[in-house]
Amino acid sequence: MAPARRQAKSKYTLDRGIPGAFEGETVTRRRFMTGTVHGAGMLMTAGFTLPAIGFALGPIFHNYTLGWQTVGYPQDFPDNNYIPIVITTSPGIGEAGKSTVYIRSRDPSVDKLPLTKYNRWVAITSRCSHLGCSVLWVEASERFVCPCHGSVFDAEGVRVSGPAPRPLDRFYTRLFDGQVQVGPRYSVNNELRPFSPRDPGQPLDGIGQYAYPSRPSVRKLPGNV
Amino acid sequence: MSKAPPHRPRSRRLPLPMPPIPPKLKPPPPPPGTQRGRPHTPLEHAAETGKSVVDWVDERTSLSGAARWMMFRKVPKGTNWFYTLGSATMIAFLSQAVTGVFLAMYYRPDAAGGAYESIRYISTSVFLGNFVRGMHKWGATVMVVLVFLHMARTFVFGAYKYPRELNWVIGVVLLILTMVMGFTGYLLPFDERSYWATIVGVNINGTGPIIGPYLSDFLRGGPEFNATTLSRFYAIHMLVVPGLLAALIGAHLYLVAKLGTTAPPWLKAKIDTPELIEERA
Repeated sequence: MAPARRQAKSKYTLDRGIPGAFEGETVTRRRFMTGTVHGAGMLMTAGFTLPAIGFALGPIFHNYTLGWQTVGYPQDFPDNNYIPIVITTSPGIGEAGKSTVYIRSRDPSVDKLPLTKYNRWVAITSRCSHLGCSVLWVEASERFVCPCHGSVFDAEGVRVSGPAPRPLDRFYTRLFDGQVQVGPRYSVNNELRPFSPRDPGQPLDGIGQYAYPSRPSVRKLPGNV
Repeated sequence: MSKAPPHRPRSRRLPLPMPPIPPKLKPPPPPPGTQRGRPHTPLEHAAETGKSVVDWVDERTSLSGAARWMMFRKVPKGTNWFYTLGSATMIAFLSQAVTGVFLAMYYRPDAAGGAYESIRYISTSVFLGNFVRGMHKWGATVMVVLVFLHMARTFVFGAYKYPRELNWVIGVVLLILTMVMGFTGYLLPFDERSYWATIVGVNINGTGPIIGPYLSDFLRGGPEFNATTLSRFYAIHMLVVPGLLAALIGAHLYLVAKLGTTAPPWLKAKIDTPELIEERA
């Protein structure tokens, strides 16, 4: 019954009594015209909306090259105490773009990971792995202490107490022209295994390393563990 | 000539209802010998001019109908001072909008030190600068407090129930946008407190699984706090969110006028007519 009734329907809008119908206009033509006008409108809107959204989201996928900064001579850094050095993490904004890095020489009795050309000095960030406040190296107790929410880290940057989800981040170091240089930052898990840099607050042990993917544009240096 | 019909105003304007003012403040009746409705004093002439301008606009837009629909609504018995919290929130928003627009005349979103200097200049050198900035700063806190009081009123009075669920949803979006305004505005003075609060706030956003890291990158405009972070926050604070807020406040108000307000929960409908039967499931 149903197919027979469908065939009985006229293809002209005039016969169907559709508003705005005129002589010779078919339903298909009406549909085509409506679709074309709507499609053209959507195309034009997308023409300025999509570039604008891409413009706003662009920095997520931008490839940032973080250069190497010279911080001193090898004899400046003992292997039993950290020396605070101020480096620039984002150029062009003065004091707001600077950050403190704690540096010491590698001590084979403490640093168990194999020696590579990027870890002859241990450079630990002052940025707390909880929410990014500045931790302070307290020499007397050999602890890093965060003033914001009370996270405490041992001399290796591994969390002792407080809300921090992972150890303090580190920086690659190298010897260049007889001077020590600090390079890109990387994150470590509780076994001090290197990972691509993460933001504070993101755990790296267990499911955390999958729940908080590293950004595609910033990776750890290849060939380091 | 003495039999001339009394003068009637030509326009068929509907008389607006007289507000309930004390008798002493009501305008006196016209003195004998004057014709009602015809301007005599300069003040009355000015009033007539104003009325004809409004008439001219209204004839071409029919705005008075919409205004009457919005302003002269029936409200249930028992409407009380708690019902003014929504208007109070809107006034707080308008105050933020006006003071914010004028602060933007002096503010400079320059992360290399210009932002802090421009705020210092507003606070110390601009005429009334400290006052306008103070209104914006404290008004932000007042607005957040009022939003929560308004929300609590709606919740406790049960005013979120059918058919007003959508208005509750819009209200929650407005709450979130108000929080976004607070978060992005906090960075703009660019002092130590702003800077560290933003570092911590962005990292809290980053603790959301999977999308958290990307959200942090979007907010900062890169993997680290950088030169564009401040202008990004400034654009969100004064262009993106205020537009959304204004549009959603319009939708919120439209639904309030369309659906009407609820009676307070302690008032029960009087069931003394046979047409009104309480249904019990």
